[in-house]
Amino acid sequence: MWWTRLKALIVKELLAVLRDPKGRTVLIVPPIMQLLVFSYAATLEVTNVDVLVLNRDNGHWSQDLVQEIQGSPTFRSIRFTNSPDEVRVAIDTQKVIAAIEIGPTFSRDIEGSRPAKVQLILDGRRSNASQIVSGYLSRIVGTLAAETPAGQRMASSAVTVVARNWFNPNLTYQWFMVPNLVASIALLIGLIVTALSIARERELGTFDQLMVSPLRTHEILIGKLIPPMMIGLFHITIYILAAVFIFGVPLRGSLFLLYGSAVFYLAAVVGLGLFISALSMTQQQAILGAFLFMVPAMLLSGFATPIENMPSWLQPITYVNPLRYFLVIVKGVFLKDIPAVEVARQTIPLLLIAIVTLSAASWLFRRRLE
Amino acid sequence: MNDDAPFVRILDVVKRFGDAPAALDHIDGEILGGRITGLVGPDGAGKTTLIRLMTGLMVPDEGKVEVLGFDTVTNAADIQAAIGYMPQRFGLYEDLSVQENLNLYADLRGLPLAERAATFDELLEFTDLKRFTARLAGKLSGGMKQKLGLACALLRKPRLLLLDEPGVGVDPISRRDLWKMVENLTAEGIGVVWSTAYLDEAEACDSVLLLNEGKLLFAGSPADLTARVADRVFKVSGIAHGRRQKLARLLDDDDVVDGVIQGEAIRLVMKPDTKPPTPDDGSSAPDVTTTPPRFEDAFIDMLGGGPGGRSKLAETQTPFTMEDSKPVIEAHGLTKRFGDFTAADDITFDIPRGQIFGLLGPNGAGKSTTFKMLCGLLKPTAGEGRVAGFDLRRDAAEARNRLGYMAQKFSLYGDLSVAQNLSFFAGVYGLSGTGKRERIQLMTDIFAFGRLLDMSAKDLPLGLKQRLALACAVLHEPEALFLDEPTSGVDPITRREFWTHINGLVEKGVTVLVTTHFMDEAEYCDRISLIYRGRSIALGSPDELKAQVASDKLPDPTMEDAFIALVQGSEEKEAA
Repeated sequence: MWWTRLKALIVKELLAVLRDPKGRTVLIVPPIMQLLVFSYAATLEVTNVDVLVLNRDNGHWSQDLVQEIQGSPTFRSIRFTNSPDEVRVAIDTQKVIAAIEIGPTFSRDIEGSRPAKVQLILDGRRSNASQIVSGYLSRIVGTLAAETPAGQRMASSAVTVVARNWFNPNLTYQWFMVPNLVASIALLIGLIVTALSIARERELGTFDQLMVSPLRTHEILIGKLIPPMMIGLFHITIYILAAVFIFGVPLRGSLFLLYGSAVFYLAAVVGLGLFISALSMTQQQAILGAFLFMVPAMLLSGFATPIENMPSWLQPITYVNPLRYFLVIVKGVFLKDIPAVEVARQTIPLLLIAIVTLSAASWLFRRRLE
Repeated sequence: MNDDAPFVRILDVVKRFGDAPAALDHIDGEILGGRITGLVGPDGAGKTTLIRLMTGLMVPDEGKVEVLGFDTVTNAADIQAAIGYMPQRFGLYEDLSVQENLNLYADLRGLPLAERAATFDELLEFTDLKRFTARLAGKLSGGMKQKLGLACALLRKPRLLLLDEPGVGVDPISRRDLWKMVENLTAEGIGVVWSTAYLDEAEACDSVLLLNEGKLLFAGSPADLTARVADRVFKVSGIAHGRRQKLARLLDDDDVVDGVIQGEAIRLVMKPDTKPPTPDDGSSAPDVTTTPPRFEDAFIDMLGGGPGGRSKLAETQTPFTMEDSKPVIEAHGLTKRFGDFTAADDITFDIPRGQIFGLLGPNGAGKSTTFKMLCGLLKPTAGEGRVAGFDLRRDAAEARNRLGYMAQKFSLYGDLSVAQNLSFFAGVYGLSGTGKRERIQLMTDIFAFGRLLDMSAKDLPLGLKQRLALACAVLHEPEALFLDEPTSGVDPITRREFWTHINGLVEKGVTVLVTTHFMDEAEYCDRISLIYRGRSIALGSPDELKAQVASDKLPDPTMEDAFIALVQGSEEKEAA
């Protein structure tokens, strides 16, 4: 008997989303946009930058350095100048991100085994990119330094660092980003679909019709819980397929663990969505509420910036963010074979969040009936 | 322009929206100054579209509209400066006070500052809103909102006043006030267009344009329209019992055009030159008298008569045993307080099996609150409600299994198809397998959904939406039906069809609770509780309530007369 009622409600919820043109748009457009924007446009790598060279030296060492820079794929174009004024203007107007100034005694100093200097001027307004460009250029200068007579003499006694990136040997940006997206799309879709569901019924007046039916409050909540979770799992699946087959991200861990924890993650997200939905009277309020939660949740999840870098007073807030935990799991399953124990350790907080949000939603839901 | 020229000339106007049938289909008409012209028809007939065409806010696809000599397409601005327009959902700002609303509209209409004080004073006097200038518009009653809307439309005295359904959501007393105000305006030569779905309002207009499904059925004075059924309208009284069965049998007679229940009596419209049939069951001959025709009688006659008296829905209903005398719906001291406001105060009644009980009252009087407490949508602050013997607090789910609910606003899932809606409601009420298939098939047959099953519910015409809502409410054969203003705005044919089903179901032992502010609907009830300011001020059969207020001056009061007299009586008692 209860199953008949529940099944009817679940089928109805799915149909209501799929048959509504607006509902369909929500399911199709944001996921595609997010996939395209984050995996192609929002890259943290620095390529296609221009640099300016002010070479006041005539020796062959400076020529070598310029050629090395020209040979690097990072830089789109290298321009030359003879005037320090032009350097200032070029940086000021953002024509170039960096300028390299080679002093007039550069080659002579090297030949004479004296310390030789190269000045690097960077655009501090683009701090992140500047830092990366500075790293690239330092590496190029370092290579050159090793070839100088003094460098060669020192080679036997110097310490060299050989870096190797595990899990993502070439530091391919998309390997890092696309697994993140699997988690964030589920947040986006789960939250919006759920937040809209009760608010839509309130607005259309169908909510009373549900409340006078023999459906019990918990049945209505379960019926509102399952369809968005199904839709969320569908999107997770699509994104996993895209990650593996379009972006070539390795899938090293267990899909079983991934889906197992995804259920708890979605329950936590949908619980939040239901809470927002029970709180709002109109669809507009529900959407606003969903975004009010979503934007900070993305920033406080370790999605783009590591949680460890946040101030210590802010870090505890991330403990209530389901995205934080699921990101660890998704990245772990994709890039390394994350052990089941670690998955469980990250899933327990998800379970706790789900219990709290669902109980809160159901409490609020009942209270609204008064 | 001379004085006798019509204020508005509508010439062969067509207006379409998308692929739907034309919203206005070759309409011609005239609106004269100094009188009230009724724009009459059920919801979706094209009334609002026609008014918007007159304001120049919309342009016709074909034909033309001339207002005060200006063409609406080329001179919209001139028209808008000379008319007053009150849209359906009064364009009031609910978070502003009465005075602030007036100031705002005075600014918008460019009323000179020097004239304001006098104009405001006059209008506030006229609308009797002087005491409420500081009150927020959102906190006014429906009637007061309409009066304020009217005042805003009158800030610069217009030559033509367009009122889009001013009577909706207004109790009969305020409605009469509003009507008197508008009548006073016509005395000054202003032309008034009053659009309405209430046919009793139509009757009071000086002339009417009767619209149905985008077509103009009639233009002229209401008396000319009612004249077509003169001497064909009869009142059959003296039927002690079984008036519903009797009506059903009468309606199946070929000579009967239309019939409705009026308290203890039946009102019949006969075909020309026929007499009402005498009862064939050998009971005492009822008392048949001719009675003055009403607008609605003529409208139905014009549409070719009402539906028959048979309800296939009721015929397939398994009868409930009438033996136990326990009431099906009970209210004991139901009270609901919101903060320090008492929305319903100590409401008590019970409804025996197989009866129709009406909650009648103006908007905001507490009838909806009472209704919601009885179907479990609101928790009472005090008192208890029972449905089919189950306490709504303790056994809410059991109680809900036995009740069917139909809301005033169409509240099915618009994006779901007809079949999906039926399937959902069947499932929610625990029907599955063959039982579910059979019930859905039955509903499909009864209400002729066959070709519409795959259509989205929101795209159905109003009358069909209403049928679908009824079908979904009775899928699980409920013992008690809760109807919240079930037929407001629907055309009179659909309304009769609906009541034929309800009457049939009641004969099979279904119990009905209905809220309404529609006097015609009240006549169908066995008993009525008149709710006013949260309290039940009168309880009895429609005829008993009417008898309470009958006087020498008013020997045969209508339901509306009774309503007004009882409410005024209660106010006097309170004041004393």
